[in-house]
Amino acid sequence: MKRLSEFLRARYELGGLADLATHKTVPLHRHSFWYYWGGMTLALIGIQFASGVLLLLYYRPSAGEAFESVRFIMTKVEFGWLVRSVHAWAAHFAIFSAMVHLASTFFLKAYRPPRELTWVSGVLLIFLLMGFGFTGYLLPWNTLAFFATKVGTELAGIPPVVGPILQTFMRGGSDVGDVTLTRFFWLHVAVLPLGLLGLLAGHLAMIQLQGMSRPLSVQDERSTPFFPNFFLRDLIAWSLILGAVLCISVYAPATLGEKADPFAPTPAGIQPEWYFLWMFQTLKLFPGHVLGIEGELVAVGFTGLAGLALLLVPWLDRPARRGQSHWLTMLLGFIAVGYVVGMTGYALWIGKPH
Amino acid sequence: MGKRANSMCPRELISRRAFLQLLLKSGGLALIGAALYPVARYLYPPRGTEASVSSVVAAKIGDLATNAAKIFRFGNRPAILVRTPQDELKAFSAVCTHLNCTVQYDPEVSVIWCACHNGKFDLNGQVISGPPPRPLEPYQVNVRGDDIVVSKPT
Repeated sequence: MKRLSEFLRARYELGGLADLATHKTVPLHRHSFWYYWGGMTLALIGIQFASGVLLLLYYRPSAGEAFESVRFIMTKVEFGWLVRSVHAWAAHFAIFSAMVHLASTFFLKAYRPPRELTWVSGVLLIFLLMGFGFTGYLLPWNTLAFFATKVGTELAGIPPVVGPILQTFMRGGSDVGDVTLTRFFWLHVAVLPLGLLGLLAGHLAMIQLQGMSRPLSVQDERSTPFFPNFFLRDLIAWSLILGAVLCISVYAPATLGEKADPFAPTPAGIQPEWYFLWMFQTLKLFPGHVLGIEGELVAVGFTGLAGLALLLVPWLDRPARRGQSHWLTMLLGFIAVGYVVGMTGYALWIGKPH
Repeated sequence: MGKRANSMCPRELISRRAFLQLLLKSGGLALIGAALYPVARYLYPPRGTEASVSSVVAAKIGDLATNAAKIFRFGNRPAILVRTPQDELKAFSAVCTHLNCTVQYDPEVSVIWCACHNGKFDLNGQVISGPPPRPLEPYQVNVRGDDIVVSKPT
């Protein structure tokens, strides 16, 4: 190792890179715990890349073969069940971890200047992760995923003008079918990963260049070097999460369900993944018409506005731009988190909708 | 004379540098546009790949008991044929007008039911309850010999 280091140093100017690595410090204070969640999300995304590449070896992206190929992975390929279960579980963990990371940076106001773009790239990353979830859900081509995708793409078609174009683009035709599967596969393994890598590089570079944000309420000036001190702690957290993902994959492997039949009635209990449940539940509670407008349009509009507001938080929270904490921001944050958690819990509680 | 020549010279309106920059920028934009247009058209699914159907044989007489229904393929979309308790034959698009789920017949209460969001339709396709905004699209049913033929209303 030392000889390799000497070999490289004799040939390349590595001082700059080393400086960049040692330059960053991590503030130490009573909220430091939340700093682990970004790294945690990163580690889980790493697991997704690794397990996803492995799945690609046997998966076949067509309506005729997709379900059978996933069943082949689950039953015939050695440790195939483990690779697929890790991919399915780490996806849940990654989105959960990203949500915790987002909420913690919101409540610690890490988005205030000069870190607005770090926030924006982070919100876009969480949207991308949800895109991964939405497209990946269809790939096993089972009944649940097929009908959840019909509903999901129908919702995408609701906004006027752009909706129908987006819907046709996603479905590859007027309805969910073989071409939709090809498109979702294309998005899931090529387009979204490229977008993710680009955004992630920007997100990490900004953090590296600006250092980590210290919350407004913290007077503590102490800090610890990121490399190696905090990084080693990160590694402990990453080992723990890898262990947790493996454990849960062994004891609760991913299920496959039944092959999708486009000409069978939709069974009861069609639900999207848990991170879309709050939107799904909102939609179910909405009446057919609100003030003469179709209920879904109102619900979809409401969700779209919420997403836009989330993206623009650094500019909407004006007191934070002056370095002040405002009770209204905190209250709105708690209401939003409460709504999402409450609606998700409610949807899980009532379970099957009949 | 000198004044006139000056006023005709574009130098007063725009400097040479600004003009060249404008040319370069608009050229760059045109290049990006020329590259993106075919890409956008390529990504959008081609038209006319889906056959349109106006009439199909949904079932044979005797296939369907009274107070029962059958989902059948109408083009590339599902449709539902119902034999009502009054022994009438009715057909509708099986695509729920709410969010595109496939409906089913509930013989206990004689309603067409969508399991996704609990939408209910009567046997004329009209919404009874739940979120669907419009009735189910009705189809015509004709019996030709042994075949029950379902077609789009003309």
